[in-house]
Amino acid sequence: MERNTKLHGLVALFDTPDQIIHAAEKVSHSGYKDFDIHTPYPVHGMDDAMKLKPSKLGYVTLVFGLSGAAFALLLMWWTMVVDYPMNIGGKPFFSLPAFIPVTFELTVLFATLATVIGMITFFFRFPDNKHPLHDTPYMQQVSRDKYGVFIGASDPKFNAKEVRALFESLGGKQISEIMEFEKTWQDAFNPKFIGILVTTVILVSGGTYFTLNKLLYITPFNWMEHQFRGVPQEKSDFFADSRMMREPVAGSVARGHMPYEFKDSVAQPADPLENPLVNSAEVFRLGQKKYLTFCSPCHGNYGDGDSRLNQQFPNPPSLHTAKLREWKDGNIYHVITNGQNVMPSYSHQMTVKERWAVVSYIRALQKAKNASETEIEQFRKENTSNGN
Amino acid sequence: MATKEMSYVKKELPGKILNIGIALLAIGLIVGAFGLLLDPTRAKFSYLLGFFYLLTIGMGSLFLISLEYVVNADWSTPIRRIPEFFAATVPLFIVVAIPLFFFIHDLYHWSHTDAVSSDALLKLKEPYLNITFFVIRVVATFVIWALYYFFIVRNSRKQDETRDQKLTKRNIVASAIFIPVFAITITFSAIDWMMSLEPHWFSTIYGVYVFSGTMLAGLAATTLAVVLLKDNGYLHPKMTNDHLSSLGGLLFGFVNFWAYIAFSQFLLIWYANLPEETFWFIDRWEGMWGAITLTLIVVHFLVPYALLLPAPAKKDPKRLKFAAVWILVAHLLDLYWLIMPQYHGEKSGLHYILTEFGFPIAAIGVLIIVFYFNFKKHNAVPVGDPKLDRGLNFRL
Ligand code: HEC
Repeated sequence: MERNTKLHGLVALFDTPDQIIHAAEKVSHSGYKDFDIHTPYPVHGMDDAMKLKPSKLGYVTLVFGLSGAAFALLLMWWTMVVDYPMNIGGKPFFSLPAFIPVTFELTVLFATLATVIGMITFFFRFPDNKHPLHDTPYMQQVSRDKYGVFIGASDPKFNAKEVRALFESLGGKQISEIMEFEKTWQDAFNPKFIGILVTTVILVSGGTYFTLNKLLYITPFNWMEHQFRGVPQEKSDFFADSRMMREPVAGSVARGHMPYEFKDSVAQPADPLENPLVNSAEVFRLGQKKYLTFCSPCHGNYGDGDSRLNQQFPNPPSLHTAKLREWKDGNIYHVITNGQNVMPSYSHQMTVKERWAVVSYIRALQKAKNASETEIEQFRKENTSNGN
Repeated sequence: MATKEMSYVKKELPGKILNIGIALLAIGLIVGAFGLLLDPTRAKFSYLLGFFYLLTIGMGSLFLISLEYVVNADWSTPIRRIPEFFAATVPLFIVVAIPLFFFIHDLYHWSHTDAVSSDALLKLKEPYLNITFFVIRVVATFVIWALYYFFIVRNSRKQDETRDQKLTKRNIVASAIFIPVFAITITFSAIDWMMSLEPHWFSTIYGVYVFSGTMLAGLAATTLAVVLLKDNGYLHPKMTNDHLSSLGGLLFGFVNFWAYIAFSQFLLIWYANLPEETFWFIDRWEGMWGAITLTLIVVHFLVPYALLLPAPAKKDPKRLKFAAVWILVAHLLDLYWLIMPQYHGEKSGLHYILTEFGFPIAAIGVLIIVFYFNFKKHNAVPVGDPKLDRGLNFRL
């Protein structure tokens, strides 16, 4: 890269950290604003000596940290409350305690990434890779074992002679001038530079992958990894159709399974099944237990369709409508077994007997809700010992 | 810069400080005694509160010293005497705790044999939670702490004259042994004195929670004293604000640590939602306790967090002074929140709130008095410590 004759600044080198601290104090004390110190490692007390103000980088961290927190909360609110609400352990959809760990992580993630990126772009002026101090003997020495001070020509107080005298009075060595680079901003996009960058990325990641996964890869104990049994989705050399997964023999029925003849019918069957259970306390108790377990979260404890899911899910209908009261037992059984629209099938959770017991229980709920005065009177009489 | 007066000159604190300490002690005891007449059980709980306030500040300081030795820190050497003076309260614990032994039946449900015999859970815990073993544990803990304190402090003071480096080595070894012992003993103390107030409840993180508060209390007391003494020229004149920065950083760190642990404890119990665990939080959520719980979050975490967040704040003496006082108050609130719901239970109310703080005020008085006499008797800077020079030259 070409340098022109414009002076960028003066530099001087020192041998010990004490000297450089002293130099920094003197230079800042003399009123220079555009100066810098370069050391091979952080020297304690330097911020004070240079009279540095606290870095502004903290604000980047703060703003992005807060955005991270806000983003996390919004994300979880949108996904967990608005878009796809799910009942998790009976907690409210918006459960702040459960969201805090994620919020914390995203706060930290945003803050740290923003700090690094902010530092590189705002403070190191990425992608400007042409700081005039680069590629100078000075830079080589201060990144090895010397301590350097630099005063920029843009400083209003700058006067090459005075600066030189100041450096000399402080005991600085190898005082030299640094010239500006020729201005060609495209340098960052120079094909050679980008080529080297890309090649490095490919070589390093490829090399790492190859070394760790191929060259140095040691199979762990592999007696569970390689077995002779068939694996689902695998190709089989044994079976004619080349499939490892087999289908049950045609017409076979699983043990304990009772086929449902309207299994594939979405519409209600014209001639539904009869309830095989005879009403008894035991049947109602079973029905109540299963109803409260599987149905009440949506249809409400008494079938009024008033569960807490109301307004948050397609409203579960009341089970006391005229339509339902006129339905045959087999119709309700059909809904439980096959599901209906958004209501899922319960044939995997409940046995045939349990399903019928729930039907009986729903009947009891309907009866209880619609009993007439005389029926209630009758019931009272039957259930009080002395009959009054 | 003039180099005159750049070495430590021992000064005494004004007698006013002692008077303040005595006045606080007297006021605290009178208010406490008044409370004892008004509502004995409540006053006994508040005695426990005051005792634990003293214990946590003393132990936090003692732990700080052991930390300095173990990690071989330089920056804290010039201020090590301050936590040493606070830790001088450690040998007093056993005396201050004596009334508590008489209060056992009022404080601890598990101490009633008839209650235990009709309670399956307490019966199961009886081998641990019984008066004899309780007293053994407590006394053993206090003795261990006091022994460590005397060992460390004797060596530290001897060094003022002999400048013997071996003494530092010995303290390092003692501290390395002490830290794991401290971890166990502070956990037991937390469980014995406070968690067992509600013997049906348990939380495995409780010890760490109390430790975080202890550390914070010791740090805050040390920070406050260091800033005040430094501002008024009682410490080594070569000390700079850079020395404060690490105190500020530690305070900030432990404010976060406390919040982290407190939240962890809450989150797991809230998530699992098991009645045998949640009731403890429900006790602290119903009635006025809900307000106190929310206040605790704000006062013990959000405010000190904001106060200490900016880097310059961590070495600003004014900000640190304020933050330290704030945290000491917040710590008292934290202990109040841990202990008092066990007394109030359903019957919440702030009626006698003033009498409840009698004993904690007395505890502050004790701290000041002990500090005053130690300050009078000993150098406030470990002048013979080999690390002192390096410590004084510490810069950010
Ligand atoms: C996930 C919530 C949910 C659960 C759990 C649930 N249902 Fe439903 N159910 C619904 C919804 C929603 C509908 C309305 C479906 C539609 O749009 O046709 C419905 C419809 C019905 C119907 C038909 C009502 C009508 O008017 O067409 C019956 C009968 C019924 N459910 C019974 C039950 C029984 C019995 C159970 C317990 C085994 C149960 N449901 C469990 C949500 C639920």
